[in-house]
Amino acid sequence: MEYHERTPIEDARKYRVGDVIYVTGEVILARDEAHKKLLEEGAPLDLKGSVIYHCGPVVTKVNGEWKVVAAGPTTSIRMEIFEDKFIEKFHPAIIVGKGGMGERTLKALKEHGAVYAAYTGGCGALAAERIKGVKEVHFLEELGIPEAVWVFRVEEFGPLVVTMDSHGKSLYDDVDKNARKNLEDILKKIER
Amino acid sequence: MIDEIVYAIKKAETQLSEDTVKALKEAYERETNPMGKTQLEAILKNVEVARKESLPMCQDTGLQTFFLEVGYDFPYMRELKSALVEAVRRATREIPLRPNAVHPFLHKNSGDNTGRFVPYIHWELKEGDDATIHVIPKGGGSENMSGLYMLSPGVGIKGIKKAVIEHIFKSGGKPCPPTIIGVGIGGGADLALTLAKKAAILRPIGVRHEEDFVAQLEEELYEMANKLGIGAMGLGGDTTVLDVHVEYAYRHPATLPVGIVTQCWANRRAKVHIDANGKVEVV
Repeated sequence: MEYHERTPIEDARKYRVGDVIYVTGEVILARDEAHKKLLEEGAPLDLKGSVIYHCGPVVTKVNGEWKVVAAGPTTSIRMEIFEDKFIEKFHPAIIVGKGGMGERTLKALKEHGAVYAAYTGGCGALAAERIKGVKEVHFLEELGIPEAVWVFRVEEFGPLVVTMDSHGKSLYDDVDKNARKNLEDILKKIER
Repeated sequence: MIDEIVYAIKKAETQLSEDTVKALKEAYERETNPMGKTQLEAILKNVEVARKESLPMCQDTGLQTFFLEVGYDFPYMRELKSALVEAVRRATREIPLRPNAVHPFLHKNSGDNTGRFVPYIHWELKEGDDATIHVIPKGGGSENMSGLYMLSPGVGIKGIKKAVIEHIFKSGGKPCPPTIIGVGIGGGADLALTLAKKAAILRPIGVRHEEDFVAQLEEELYEMANKLGIGAMGLGGDTTVLDVHVEYAYRHPATLPVGIVTQCWANRRAKVHIDANGKVEVV
């Protein structure tokens, strides 16, 4: 299925692994330090039904206005230590990043009806093309550009491929199981 | 020469090397897994946008890294290092680049991609009076998937193959596949990794090692790696690696170091050549 959605998103349970989503509205950036800070101090904005994006962007100021130069995803597994608590506390609808996440997050997605979607790693220029502006930024002074909480206005932001859904399915588990089996065959062949 | 180095950094950051684009297109054509195919398509679109709009192809614009080949009689030796540092500062402002130089204890970002030992400059001397600067900004995600395996020499070539394939398996989708894998065998720990990095990044995709035995090993590792089925971005598919490049050095009798460096699809490189008369060219 292909979805074209507007934020905030009310029902993320309908998404299944393999679905492709394009988002219009707002995307909120949070990576390592931002997760830590929001969990400790609370969020300065409403995150219910939001799209949380694991990304450290390149932004620059042109004539007093923020311009997003590149904004591809960062490796999500680093946020595994925070994400289940983050989902429980703030109820986002879609977590976007790359590389997938672990058991704890998968469980939280199931409990709270959210999904994890992959944005193609490194595709910073393509992402920047779909980002239409910066609505606001939090903790910029303290955390610096890559770690700050940016709120981007986006149009048709995607393709976001659902790889972990709220029904306990993870594409990464499937790929991993398959690769593990292939690895065993290859190692046997090397031994021969 | 600073202008040309800034331009070379920009070229590396915004225009993906031709051999890599070609390899990605071929991988896209071949791909039979719909998940992997969506990712290859997005990468190719992204590469096009970056080139057209002169934007960095990835938001991680890398740790600024230069591999130099400098002639013994190159007359501008004294100016080279400061020119590289200044070029990095200017490129950071002008392209712009993400500030990626952080103090490891104080967590402070210098803001201009420079700091202690950074940009990283690797010097090699050669005959002649000219210099070549390889501009190779290296992303953090793929660098995290580097590995050093100090094997027992007794495990032989089979042990090396196993180490490489298991490493690629463990890396999964994390280093932004399809990747280029550099393998450095022998020397000491540091040399094995340096050889691996040069093999991964400096050698064009599809070019085999000049020695048949090594070329065969590369071919074999390439085929085995792509049988894993990890696919583009780890979403499953036929292409996990675009190539495997192997380089070697003689080893100590008691050691068999195997260094592995992973380069993501954003295989960024540009080259600056400076001759003895000060003529600077971005190749």
